[in-house]
Amino acid sequence: MTMVREIDYGTPAVTAEAMVTLTIDGREVTVPDGTSIMRASMEAGVKVPRLCATDSLNSFGSCRLCLVEIEGRRGTPASCTTPVAPGLKVHTVSDNLRRIRRGVMELYISDHPLDCLTCSANGNCELQTAAGEVGLREVRYGYAGKNHLSAPVDQSNPYFNFDPSKCIVCSRCVRACEEVQGTFALTIQDRGFASKVAAGLDEPFLTSECVSCGACVQACPTATLMEKSVVEMGQPEHSVVTTCAYCGVGCSFKAEMRGDQVVRMVPWKDGKANHGHSCVKGRFAWGYAQHPDRVLKPMIREKISDPWREVSWDVAIERVASEFKRIQAKAGKDSVGVITSSRCTAEEAYLVQKLTRTAFGNNNTDTCARVCHSPTGYGLGKTFGTSAGTQDFDSVEESDVIVVIGANPTDGHPVFGSRMKKRLREGAKLIVIDPRRIDLVRTPHVAAAYHLALRPGTNVAMLTALAHVIVTEGLVARSFIDERCDTEAFADWAAFVSEPRNSPEALEATTGVPAALVRGAARLYATGGNGAIYYGLGVTEHSQGSTAVMGIANLAMATGNIGRRGVGVNPLRGQNNVQGSCDMGSFPHELPGYRHVSLPGVRAIYEAEWGVAIDPEPGLRIPNMLDAAVEGTFLGLYVQGEDIAQSDPDTKHVTAGLSAMECVVVHDLFLNETANYAHVFLPGATFLEKDGTFINAERRINRVRKVMEPRAGLGDWEVTQAISNAMGYKMHYNDPSEIMAEVARTTPTFAGVSYEKLDQGAVQWPCNESAPDGTPIMHIDHFVRGKGNFVITEYVPTDEKVGPRFPLLLTTGRILSQYNVGAQTRRTANVVWHAEDMLEIHPHDAEERGIKDGDWVRLRSRAGETTLRAAVTERVAPGVVYTTFHHPLTQANVVTTEFSDWATNCPEYKVTAVQVSPSNGPSDWQVEYRTLSAKNRRVEAVPAGE
Amino acid sequence: MTRVFVPRDAAALAVGADEVAAALADHADIVRTGSRGLFWLEPMIEVETQQGRIAYGPVEAADIPGLLADGLLTGSARHLRLGSPERIPFLARQTRLTFSRCGIVDPLSLDDYHAHGGLDGLRKAWEIGPAATIEAVLASGLRGRGGAGFPTGVKWKTVADAPTDPAHGGPEFPAHGGHRVPAKGGRKFIVCNADEGDSGTYADRMLLEGDPFSLIEGMAIAGFAVGASKGYVYTRSEYPHAIATFDKALAIARAAGMLGGAFDIEQRPGAGAYVCGEETALLESIEGRRGQVRSKPPLPAHKGLFGCPTVINNMITLTTVPCILRDGAAAYEAIGMGRSRGTMPIQLAGNVRYGGLFEAGFGVTLGELVYDIGGGTLSGRPVRAAQVGGPLGAYFPPALFDTPFDYEAFAAKDGLIGHGGIVVFDDTVDMAQQARFALEFCVAESCGKCTPCRIGSVRGMETVDKIMAGQNVDANLELLRDLCHTLRAGSLCALGGFIPYPVLSAMNFFPEDFRRGPRVTNVPGTSAAITGTPIAGTPMTGRPGANPPLAAA
Repeated sequence: MTMVREIDYGTPAVTAEAMVTLTIDGREVTVPDGTSIMRASMEAGVKVPRLCATDSLNSFGSCRLCLVEIEGRRGTPASCTTPVAPGLKVHTVSDNLRRIRRGVMELYISDHPLDCLTCSANGNCELQTAAGEVGLREVRYGYAGKNHLSAPVDQSNPYFNFDPSKCIVCSRCVRACEEVQGTFALTIQDRGFASKVAAGLDEPFLTSECVSCGACVQACPTATLMEKSVVEMGQPEHSVVTTCAYCGVGCSFKAEMRGDQVVRMVPWKDGKANHGHSCVKGRFAWGYAQHPDRVLKPMIREKISDPWREVSWDVAIERVASEFKRIQAKAGKDSVGVITSSRCTAEEAYLVQKLTRTAFGNNNTDTCARVCHSPTGYGLGKTFGTSAGTQDFDSVEESDVIVVIGANPTDGHPVFGSRMKKRLREGAKLIVIDPRRIDLVRTPHVAAAYHLALRPGTNVAMLTALAHVIVTEGLVARSFIDERCDTEAFADWAAFVSEPRNSPEALEATTGVPAALVRGAARLYATGGNGAIYYGLGVTEHSQGSTAVMGIANLAMATGNIGRRGVGVNPLRGQNNVQGSCDMGSFPHELPGYRHVSLPGVRAIYEAEWGVAIDPEPGLRIPNMLDAAVEGTFLGLYVQGEDIAQSDPDTKHVTAGLSAMECVVVHDLFLNETANYAHVFLPGATFLEKDGTFINAERRINRVRKVMEPRAGLGDWEVTQAISNAMGYKMHYNDPSEIMAEVARTTPTFAGVSYEKLDQGAVQWPCNESAPDGTPIMHIDHFVRGKGNFVITEYVPTDEKVGPRFPLLLTTGRILSQYNVGAQTRRTANVVWHAEDMLEIHPHDAEERGIKDGDWVRLRSRAGETTLRAAVTERVAPGVVYTTFHHPLTQANVVTTEFSDWATNCPEYKVTAVQVSPSNGPSDWQVEYRTLSAKNRRVEAVPAGE
Repeated sequence: MTRVFVPRDAAALAVGADEVAAALADHADIVRTGSRGLFWLEPMIEVETQQGRIAYGPVEAADIPGLLADGLLTGSARHLRLGSPERIPFLARQTRLTFSRCGIVDPLSLDDYHAHGGLDGLRKAWEIGPAATIEAVLASGLRGRGGAGFPTGVKWKTVADAPTDPAHGGPEFPAHGGHRVPAKGGRKFIVCNADEGDSGTYADRMLLEGDPFSLIEGMAIAGFAVGASKGYVYTRSEYPHAIATFDKALAIARAAGMLGGAFDIEQRPGAGAYVCGEETALLESIEGRRGQVRSKPPLPAHKGLFGCPTVINNMITLTTVPCILRDGAAAYEAIGMGRSRGTMPIQLAGNVRYGGLFEAGFGVTLGELVYDIGGGTLSGRPVRAAQVGGPLGAYFPPALFDTPFDYEAFAAKDGLIGHGGIVVFDDTVDMAQQARFALEFCVAESCGKCTPCRIGSVRGMETVDKIMAGQNVDANLELLRDLCHTLRAGSLCALGGFIPYPVLSAMNFFPEDFRRGPRVTNVPGTSAAITGTPIAGTPMTGRPGANPPLAAA
């Protein structure tokens, strides 16, 4: 086992047609024009000493160690800032250069603690290395001069320390914060010898604007910014490249290890989704894997009111199989089902849906995408022919106009958010369509050209109004439409959107957005160059979620913004493998690859592969399963890695359904909320314990590699396989690669995928004979469905309406430091940033109700009520309130309703009519729930001697 | 009423010009002007008479009643009478091109400006077109007056030829990273460096206060020549009068249609950092960033202000352009020596008898400047050294006073002419202390970006302190030389790169001062008085203001 150490070329790679040949220390090297001499030297195998240069940042030229001599030129230019030129003869070593470098290093060390042996960077310190390289032998200034050695250490951040006494003021941290992360939280304060790195207005890191993405820590060449885990555990000794298990960006990380313990997670420079960047979750919030709450033994109980009893895997598996068999014998084969997990690997999701289609003999499989991006699948399928985003993340680098609809990338998809901000700083224009003033609307060096702060629930009206402007003002891409789209469908659609009732003026009363802004935004998107749309759950989680997705697709087609780099329609998917779980046939109506179960040809493939007959009728969706449970016809559920009791809407209905079932099997890391209603608990494996793939929002199939053995003994796929075998359907995979091989065998879009291939580099599906290296951009020459299809998007207001009883609209979302139901992030130090869910309310609405910032308030809808504390802020418009759903005690989903997308049943989380009033404490429901929750989580003490 | 010209130059104000003007207000038509630059005669007022202007100075408010009674307004009063200002030798010996109007005109009168040849240069540029304008600047041999001496015409041509990317008319902040993005903006900029921070210099200030339209005209010509529509003037924050005057001049020019159409100018006062006189730090500062030096390349001409091609010139460079256009490149080029063509406004300061602005063709020797023109020291003691070119310039001993004022001649002697400032010292100066002062200046003004300057300046000062305290003198002198090498070769910009000039020149030309052992008046680690115990042991005799005016007949 070895450390993965990327080569640092010192300055970023340059892409240029023209190549330049020069000589460095007698070696000829040819590099793209514009490359720095430093990078060219590295290419030639010559490392010039350096400290302020690193290839993730633009060259800076401050350390003055990398000076070189160039024949025919005066002086000693810095190799990091001097570009190559044809025929240059460069010398990186000479007596003069040695003298200068030693002189510079002597200055550095005259203000640096001499504690190398006890320093946390010992063994991996660039200053130490450079001092060795330049041959520093003495510091003639002595150590009694002015210095920074007594500067105090800032330990405020839970994950890293800032020790300014070790700082060499190379500005790498500041530049990383600016160039890579785009937060601009760090600066060099003061000047000259007093120059120092400062967070915010010289505050502790924790209270500054720092978002703890870790870019500064990674960029630091010394121990100045250092992970506390390294301070604690020492330098890692080997590393494994794997994929983050948080959001749908799918960042590649090096898990840096000592033995079987993770020392730190460091973003991998060659990761194609993140290019070496990370966010606070992936970089630091992995401690939940070792959290004492983790359940490591299988447990069973007869009734949910009983305490849990720890048992062996065999007993637990046997219990699952016998119960499911019993239920099916009693209530029919359709009385049981599964929920696959978007947190688990694609292989594991594949296996769970296979379990229900083979061992259970039905199509009762659904997944958490039901509650997030199912409308994306439907909407993009109808219009383009595929259920996925059209671009790779790199595409944003060529976008000129970026439209963000119902997404909050800087919180929800922070690493992609940073890349988007970088492009915006380069001059791309931004249009934000969101009820809230999300950070992107105004963040350092980024400002939205248009913020269309529409009323929740009016996306479709807004999209149609935008289309109205594009069509009626003659901004459509006529030749693109003629060539690529169904022109009849276009004509119908154009006639529809052109109707005066669909003009921005006519819809102003509906959306609440001034028509002039809508017109301006439409013109910008249609005429501003490459237009790219990124959207999130603010689009899908509505009663017209699927319609809105189609409305977005219509806009992209009408303006020709599809089928090349810089454009496209891009769902920002929520979970690490939500794309993968959908790809793997997790929906009740689809087999892997989004092929309908009613298609005999598709069924035939799997019937041959699996040796069973497949039910041609779609199975039950999650809400249908719960309805059926309440009706008494659905009695057994195997839930892998999802907490429907917290995440799904109308919690009371969910828990009623779960309570009505006879065998609920929860396969998870923790006793989650759903486990309160479970009869069998199967301990799951974290991503650190998994082998497989996660498929991200850009359809990229990223390898997940096991860095430690499953702490509970079995990988999740092994557990599913054991259940299947115990049920009587034999599975015998030796390893997840065999599952992927089966996927490739049976799914055309995955035909070219294998672990051997992925180990060469992650690819984006479709990956097959016609696209052996995968497909970064889709629909280049033609749409997957043939001709692009325009769909008429009639705006139908949601039935969820404000009225005298419920005058405010609640919308929900996430924040940076927490992740979804919080099962993982709540069990890390991330809670320092977000210890509870708060209700954002506009000052006007707050004042009317006598609510002050921080007050306890009661949030009530017709579905239920809960209490939480208020945050009075202008981020939300008057009439709109907002909260997150990270904390089970808040139970935000007690309030959300049963309304859902007409096409896919995706819940309408984003619009709930509510009333907010001052409160003294928790609601009755919360009190009851807490009691129940504590009771249902009891684990029986194991009697001595057993 | 008779017109009396009273300077409003800050140097005149400092010695009571406002009071003089007030005392005259009821008796004459007061015109406030810039200064002629004869500072030992300030406040120097000029009376408009039938024989032309008659100068009086230095005048105090208390002198006015007597002068009036003696016939000041007809030029017949004898007391303090200097005669025709043009015939005062200090002025008569000059070749005033850049400063031709300074001290003569009402700085805020466009009519005055026109009447004295103003705008002829711009008209000429319009007439001959951008290419020929650049050609004229090239042919004149004009070089950067900030000190670097880069040929102005070459810089202009580079900017004129620099491509702009019309697709990116982007916002006014630079791209962070992203090699894929070309220089932004279909725009180019003219930036004037008026952050005059060198010790002993005041030429920019005098012109801003005394002839601000010449800068506006110069920048308009530059903008026309290279295709820039916007100019910025970055002014030294310690120049409140200059800033106010220039703001008024901008408003007047705008109201007169001289600005605001195809070309406009915005003034941006600095925030007090010397290093912002370095061109790239200046650009950073205008952009609203920390005043920190950028590494070059890219050159500002390719990627300057807000990432756009930018002409950044010293104020004196830009204000010299109008007369080049007006009088022709050949006339300007005919003056000077070697590769230094035209005139240089030299500023005499420090311990000098006749301090002031002396514009002359290149080639006049340092000795002529210090002795003949400056009249030696104000203290009357022997001259020991002259520092030329600001705080980063070398200290020249009288033995080198035969060096002609010329970029190359000074460089050949490890010196520089910089912005044309000369600071004179008499024999009481302690040159080790001056070396320390140079490093102390670097400590105070370093932006902190590059290591040699950030840490080296402090270590250098500490090392000089050790030398002055007599500790390991030989070893520390060697270390100081090594440090100077590191600073010279390693620094990112001229601040750290040139600070060895004063240090090494002090060590080389005045080695005895570094071996004097502990100073009585100097406590190591503290900033000691610049003038210590006289070397020769004789007391100072000079007394400011005691010198008779050098009056013309």
